Amino acid sequence: MELYTLLRQFADSWMLLFLFTFFIGVIVWAFRPGSTKAYKDTANIPFRHDDAPAPSQGQPAANKEARA
Amino acid sequence: MSNYIKLIALGLVTLFAMIGTNYARDLAYQVHAIIVMIVAGGLFLYTLRRTDEPKVAAAGLENEYFDSVIRAGTIATAFWGVVGFLAGTFIAFQLAFPALNFEWAEGLANFGRLRPLHTSAVIFAFGGNALIATSFYVVQRTSAARLWGGNLAWFVFWGYQLFIVLAATGYLFGSTQSKEYAEPEWHVDLWLTIVWVAYLAVFLGTIIKRKEPHIYVANWFYLSFIVTVAMLHLINNMTIPVSIWGSKSVIVWPGVQDAMIQWWYGHNAVGFFLTAGFLGMMYYFIPKQAERPVFSYKLSIIHFWALIFLYIWAGPHHLHYTALPDWASTLGMVMSVILWMPSWGGMINGLMTLSGAWDKLRTDPVIRMMVISLGFYGMSTFEGPMMSIRAVNSLSHYTDWTIGHVHSGALGWNGMITFGALYYLVPALWKRESLYSLRLVSWHFWLATIGIILYAASMWVTGIMEGLMWREVDANGFLVNSFADTVAAKFPMYVVRGLGGVMFLAGAVIMCYNLWMTVRKAPAKEASLTVQVPAE
Repeated sequence: MELYTLLRQFADSWMLLFLFTFFIGVIVWAFRPGSTKAYKDTANIPFRHDDAPAPSQGQPAANKEARA
Repeated sequence: MSNYIKLIALGLVTLFAMIGTNYARDLAYQVHAIIVMIVAGGLFLYTLRRTDEPKVAAAGLENEYFDSVIRAGTIATAFWGVVGFLAGTFIAFQLAFPALNFEWAEGLANFGRLRPLHTSAVIFAFGGNALIATSFYVVQRTSAARLWGGNLAWFVFWGYQLFIVLAATGYLFGSTQSKEYAEPEWHVDLWLTIVWVAYLAVFLGTIIKRKEPHIYVANWFYLSFIVTVAMLHLINNMTIPVSIWGSKSVIVWPGVQDAMIQWWYGHNAVGFFLTAGFLGMMYYFIPKQAERPVFSYKLSIIHFWALIFLYIWAGPHHLHYTALPDWASTLGMVMSVILWMPSWGGMINGLMTLSGAWDKLRTDPVIRMMVISLGFYGMSTFEGPMMSIRAVNSLSHYTDWTIGHVHSGALGWNGMITFGALYYLVPALWKRESLYSLRLVSWHFWLATIGIILYAASMWVTGIMEGLMWREVDANGFLVNSFADTVAAKFPMYVVRGLGGVMFLAGAVIMCYNLWMTVRKAPAKEASLTVQVPAE
């Protein structure tokens, strides 16, 4: 079988299946139990470290929740 | 030690550029060789003067953000923005009044030379600098970490400016590979590849050393933009130079495959450069300016994956009714129509972020700017899928409708969200209490909005008119109009379009004045807020 036909067959069978299941998996993952709580925290990331990076390991994590 | 390696490398580059200046086969290459010679030679002297000097301890830097490069990036964004808008306005009037293609500037500043200068200046210089600056800002704040790689970020910034200068001078002196949005020739492409890999390293390195457990959604969009643009750039620029001393190169892809790869590149330049990257901006700056988290984080995840899974397929809709097989252009058309959904999902996510804070629209012209950018985003992502349908495309393609569509997206979505981000960034980066004048932001807002409306509306009228005139046949089946008839009929709309450009440009100039005065005159932020509070 020449390369084009081989790639074409792979593309519209296994690769298509893989991409589709990956995408469905992403949706299922986003709606997994407990995600609402986790994403509430994630969505607040922009409001935490406006002025300086988080202190590095060893130092106690201060003003973690300093909201703007 | 590293300085010695740098000196050797810079010396060799300077020498190579000198030889190139001498042996150059075309003017553009010669100009580029001279620019590279001056830059590399200057850097050689700069490095030489700093070699074997006692090192200044760079302690404590990990406790602050790397903002100087971002300040430079915002200045570059505003500067290139004005340059790009000015070039666009000028060529708009060149189309309306051909006498503006001056005799003495023929082959240098006529429409054909200035048009790629305009597109690259606004997309890559204005948009690219905005993306680099905001991505450096956002990735630091959302990773709670300083930029990775030390001065590599400065290399990315200056390397990118050099790319812009090389690309722009190349267009003026006639070095182009005639691929839309990928005009620079092989030697400039190679330089961009180096800069881009450094950009990826800085961005990814910062994400890897992040202190937040999660990667915030804006960074996903920025990362997909950086990675995909790298892939597109490499594959669309697979060329073999005719001579190492000349600009000309030959692409390895044959015929229709080359056309398909070009539009796979071209549409994903829209999809990943002008959409994914700017969505990264949206997911950070709109929540920040509205002071509330994004409407739905779940929706943002689905938005991301749906957008990147679909955009990559949409390219063939640029090649309806060509030698491209029908199945391929149908595939591109179907994917483009499906793409409408994630686009609007993202728009709704951005707009709904304001739910409960809609009153801010009345008081804060910056948020108004961001909201209208989403409005234009929604409008052009509806128009785009519609124009990709083969039947619509048979009317719209090759007409000014396409140009109107591009500009409602570029001026409305990319321009407005960038202006919003600049209005947010400048006070934040220069530690100012607020902007110099909100009245001037309102002026900018209305000038830009009315300018875009004049632009888009006149292009709809002229585009549809043009399409209809081209296909009009008489009772015997002969075409009624010649091409010159359509050109003559378009004159009033071209003038209106040019005026729209003048208004948009005026708004941008007002913005520059406002930002300048913010840095110069606006009261500094309270000292207690800027001084770092030691970790308890």
